[in-house]
Amino acid sequence: MSNINTSINICGVEMKNPVTTASGTFGSGREYGEFVDLNRLGAVTVKGVAAHPWKGNNSPRIAETYGGMLNSVGLQNPGADYFMENDIPFLRQFDTKIIVNICGHSIEEYCEVAEKLSDADIDLFELNISCPNVSEGGIAFGTQPVMVEKVVSEVKKYTKRPLIVKLSPNVTDITEIARAAVSGGADALSLINTLMGMRIDIHRRKPVLANKIGGFSGPAVKPVAVRMVYQVSKAVDVPIIGMGGISNGDDAIEFIMAGATGVAVGTANFANPFATIEVVEGIENYMRKYGIKDLSEIRGIID
Amino acid sequence: MKSVSIAEIIKNENISENIYDMLISVPEIAKEAKAGQFINVYTGKGECLLPRPISICGIDEKKGTIRMVFQVVGKGTELFSALKAGDTVKVLGPLGNGYDISEECTNNVLIGGGIGVPPLLELAKRLKGKKQVFIGARTNPILVKEFKALGADVYVATDDGSEGFKGNAVELVRKINPDVDAIYSCGPKIMLKAVADWAEEKGIKAQVSMEERMACGIGACVGCAVKIKKEGESDWSNLKVCKDGPVFLSNEVVWNE
Repeated sequence: MSNINTSINICGVEMKNPVTTASGTFGSGREYGEFVDLNRLGAVTVKGVAAHPWKGNNSPRIAETYGGMLNSVGLQNPGADYFMENDIPFLRQFDTKIIVNICGHSIEEYCEVAEKLSDADIDLFELNISCPNVSEGGIAFGTQPVMVEKVVSEVKKYTKRPLIVKLSPNVTDITEIARAAVSGGADALSLINTLMGMRIDIHRRKPVLANKIGGFSGPAVKPVAVRMVYQVSKAVDVPIIGMGGISNGDDAIEFIMAGATGVAVGTANFANPFATIEVVEGIENYMRKYGIKDLSEIRGIID
Repeated sequence: MKSVSIAEIIKNENISENIYDMLISVPEIAKEAKAGQFINVYTGKGECLLPRPISICGIDEKKGTIRMVFQVVGKGTELFSALKAGDTVKVLGPLGNGYDISEECTNNVLIGGGIGVPPLLELAKRLKGKKQVFIGARTNPILVKEFKALGADVYVATDDGSEGFKGNAVELVRKINPDVDAIYSCGPKIMLKAVADWAEEKGIKAQVSMEERMACGIGACVGCAVKIKKEGESDWSNLKVCKDGPVFLSNEVVWNE
């Protein structure tokens, strides 16, 4: 253990290891904190927080697919006030960084939640302009470079902590969106959010999800995510948190080699409540096996 | 810290069309479980990623066993149906809140529809007082003898009239019009709504066990939302079937969707 260094630095925030959670799959850590020691995670990225409570979409919100799943939760959350009162004190009991994912229906709402949280005891913001499950905001902001730059630069006025911008894979050229986010002031990028997908129940002749369309995630999306992290890492100079189908340490190493500094575990938590810790341990095992002392030795090594 | 258990299968029998009766050895769950709770059963196959939430039909704390009676509805439950005695399966639980058992109630009415019947069996074991059990099915009602063996009055309804009353379980309840001071139910949503209507007429808050598609089963993913309007609150909110339920009060569920 002593001769390997798993720590990373994202915009001045030191994480003991690169592993965090994908927003929306881990709540604010309470539920999975009963299975894993949150002190062992580099950071916890919480479920999207809006300025005011959101009710989310109708059920069914979940559909399994081959090697993955669809969700159309629609960012149900109890709002920033509840989050600050309940979840930040909970997470601060642990030696892990707090990344707060923020969401809105409009630029004003994004700015409002960023302002509300600007003095909160958190480490990093993650701006969610890529959720496919809300009709206004979300992905509507994340798929047009002009809008991406605008929303990022506006929100940036209110964030006193480094700002990660989470990108949607539902675009023709991810590097164009990444560049727009960086020119808007993004300090780091995270990708990928879910891919838009659909499932139809052929017996009932209806979509499985009440929302018809949802976000596709899980092991099945990993090659798409690795490709996009690779492309973005070649296009911009900010740190990247890679995610999309990471279930074990080997998956995480793939993202790091593609150019990611951090890695997030999402859908794998549902299939295995210990997934986060297994990813941490898997990265350490890989490093020992190949005599890697620091992750910088393998980060972005693919030409 | 909680953990996922490796349970050994003691038996797994096909008891009716597409319905399996599985007994597993898992003392740590049997020790804690209550009637109306469920467990997550993992397929162990990457293509069937998500755990399957399956209701608990029987709890034997002494023997350390949990009984599940489940229906094959997709690939995951199909995998479970092929498991044999001696095989192992990963399970997590007990999950959710079970039924609240009121000691004062003397006239208990239990209404189950389809694969909603099994959790009522463990409940019937634990209820004191008179038990009147209404079992509805499309064609083959399940667990009838076992409810009778517990001393319950059992009434059967089938959609096709092949057994007992022709019609649904709640129509049969209305026809029998039993004395009642507590109502417990589990089954399809349309049946639970009919139970809620009957309960309201009787001035009783029925305990209804809801079902929804789930991912995590522990309250993290917020996938299994059900609209609940708590007494005294001005608006409904989406609660989680897995964590806040699966048992809710019938007067608090927002039924009209």
